Amino acid sequence: MKTDNDKTFQDLNDTEYKYGFVTDIESDSLPPGLNEDIVRAISSRKKEPEWLTEWRLKAYRHWITMTEPTWSNVHYPKIDYQALSYYSAPKQKGDGPKTLDEVDPELLETYEKLGIPLREQEALAGVVAVDAVFDSVSVATTFKGKLEELGIIFCSFSEAVHSHPDLVKQYLGTVVPYKDNYFATLNSAVFSDGSFCYVPPGVRCPMELSTYFRINAANTGQFERTLLIADEGAYVSYLEGCTAPQRDENQLHAAVVELVALDNAQIKYSTVQNWYPGDKDGKGGIYNFVTKRGHCRGHHSKISWTQVETGSAVTWKYPSCILKGDYSVGEFYSVAVTNHMQQADTGSKMIHIGKNTSSTIVSKGISAGRSQNSYRGMVKVLETAENARNFSQCDSMLMGGSCGAHTFPYIDVGNPTAQVEHEATTTKIGEDQIFYCNQRGLETEEAVNLIVNGFCKEVFRELPMEFAVEAQKLLGISLEGSVG
Amino acid sequence: MALLEIKDLHAGVEGIPILKGINLTIDPGEVHAVMGPNGSGKSTLSNVLAGHEAYKVTRGEILFGGKDLQELAAHERACAGLFLAFQYPVEIPGISNMYFLKAAVNAVREYRGEEPLDAMDFIELVEAKKSVMKIRDELLARAVNSGFSGGEKKRNEIFQMAMLEPTLGILDETDSGLDIDALKIVADGVNALRSPDRGFLVITHYQRLLDYIIPDHVHVMVHGRIVKSGGKELALELEDEGYASWNGEEGL
Repeated sequence: MKTDNDKTFQDLNDTEYKYGFVTDIESDSLPPGLNEDIVRAISSRKKEPEWLTEWRLKAYRHWITMTEPTWSNVHYPKIDYQALSYYSAPKQKGDGPKTLDEVDPELLETYEKLGIPLREQEALAGVVAVDAVFDSVSVATTFKGKLEELGIIFCSFSEAVHSHPDLVKQYLGTVVPYKDNYFATLNSAVFSDGSFCYVPPGVRCPMELSTYFRINAANTGQFERTLLIADEGAYVSYLEGCTAPQRDENQLHAAVVELVALDNAQIKYSTVQNWYPGDKDGKGGIYNFVTKRGHCRGHHSKISWTQVETGSAVTWKYPSCILKGDYSVGEFYSVAVTNHMQQADTGSKMIHIGKNTSSTIVSKGISAGRSQNSYRGMVKVLETAENARNFSQCDSMLMGGSCGAHTFPYIDVGNPTAQVEHEATTTKIGEDQIFYCNQRGLETEEAVNLIVNGFCKEVFRELPMEFAVEAQKLLGISLEGSVG
Repeated sequence: MALLEIKDLHAGVEGIPILKGINLTIDPGEVHAVMGPNGSGKSTLSNVLAGHEAYKVTRGEILFGGKDLQELAAHERACAGLFLAFQYPVEIPGISNMYFLKAAVNAVREYRGEEPLDAMDFIELVEAKKSVMKIRDELLARAVNSGFSGGEKKRNEIFQMAMLEPTLGILDETDSGLDIDALKIVADGVNALRSPDRGFLVITHYQRLLDYIIPDHVHVMVHGRIVKSGGKELALELEDEGYASWNGEEGL
């Protein structure tokens, strides 16, 4: 039976990436290629201390002994790491901007197009603090003063290296060691910038901290490094959101995020990721190979990852929690949407070490077009983890007949008192559901939005309010025209 | 002008002919009952009227308020005032009944060129309509039809109809699976909506529902055709004699 639905399953490809534009800013780039001199050059441009240069070099020397992993369910042309440029920063006069007025107006315009009006945000005082990362260097930081009053440090990573070297030195690489994996090691050698946050003991960060990442310069790998520390009894909620302009070359993105939660501390880390996924034939688009890991170091600490992933050509990402402290809690809530030729291999790892630790994984995968969407998760309970608890739920939704959904759960239990539960479902978006909505006056597009948002509800309700609204819109844009 | 005018309607699904020349006219204010055995094409008729894509019209004409219904997509028919109370209402997990209803009400209003209702006005409307159908707040907060009992689903359908105020209400075997109390509530809800400018097409297998929703006209449908039409007494006749006399082989 050929219905209009089938027709619009094909129309899927008509939805183009809405944020495809290039900002004309002179980039101060290093020549392509990677060797010890390039690593030193990056470090010296950032005026880094000796120990950090050495750390980068150790990572580089280890990286050249490693091979790129091939175990994930994604396929892409081999990356020529010598053809990439490893440093790019917008040129600035003098020491960089101190207020938004000093920020390159063209850069601000780019943000406006993306719907991130920094000026407005500053005016809306107290809502969101943005440490805006454009390409590799932070260009504007707002609300810093207010955070400083509470002793909260929120700045670019480079800035932290200079202003709080002890903290950086104490925590850098303690969650994701420089030898961790191919992409994390590469990042450790060449990371450009990122965000740093430290919340002192007993302080509850009064606002959502937020960073907007954006990749702009052509052929430039993007290597952010984020380090977030919640000291004893502290609380922080961090938002990360991304979009990128349209490109023909595939762009490599290999970020590292490290979270540390000490006794009774709580970190909530939310991501909306909307990087260029490539065109309908899979040309172009971002390769997103990210290492995100949280360390519940203290007792009764808690780390929550919430992510809504709609972009990138290839995604390889497993936000994880190491539950070391007794009674610590790890959570992972994810919506991953793939359309056209996108490929995503994403999930989470929960490593239970401490006693009475518990973790929750809720993963919602939506596949449309000819995309492939894989969930890969590991729950590991060590011998020491008395009474560990895990609940995992992995639901997949398929749109049309040409996409794929896959689930790869790994469960490894080393303590007999542990309780581990795994549930998985796969559904196809129902014509009956769509017809029911149509019969109540809703257009098919609106009906699909509604059904998909219902499917993702358990994840969306974990997002901060304004982010949840954004995420729902993003889902709508990503799936426009995917069902008739 | 007739509210609904069906002329020589032939339709089928997946190339199999089911409706073989239906003629039916519903004037504003009238309640028509279509009765028939299983497989006679009653539900096909409601799906064709509502614009389900799987059902194809091969011949004939349907005029709704004088307009060619086939020109309109399913959602446009709904917005234009055609409401189908489903035999098997569909579940939409994760979307609250209230949220769904607000989206529906505002979609219909937008189509009519009216301003969308804000949350306060919408709640007011819900409060005004919910009592007849004995809809509890808890039911409004739950996901659409998820975990609803059979009776709750049907009551919810009629409640939606009350909210959307269509000009034509089609009830597709709304009585199936209802106990007598639920049946009365549903009938009360429908009767409360009867008005001089609204028509109803009540599709049912059994006469029982028609004790509570008194029809102006009764049609007997067998093998895709209306084989007999009459007043409300025809339903009682059927109750006594069954469909066998029209059907040949199939009894009630």
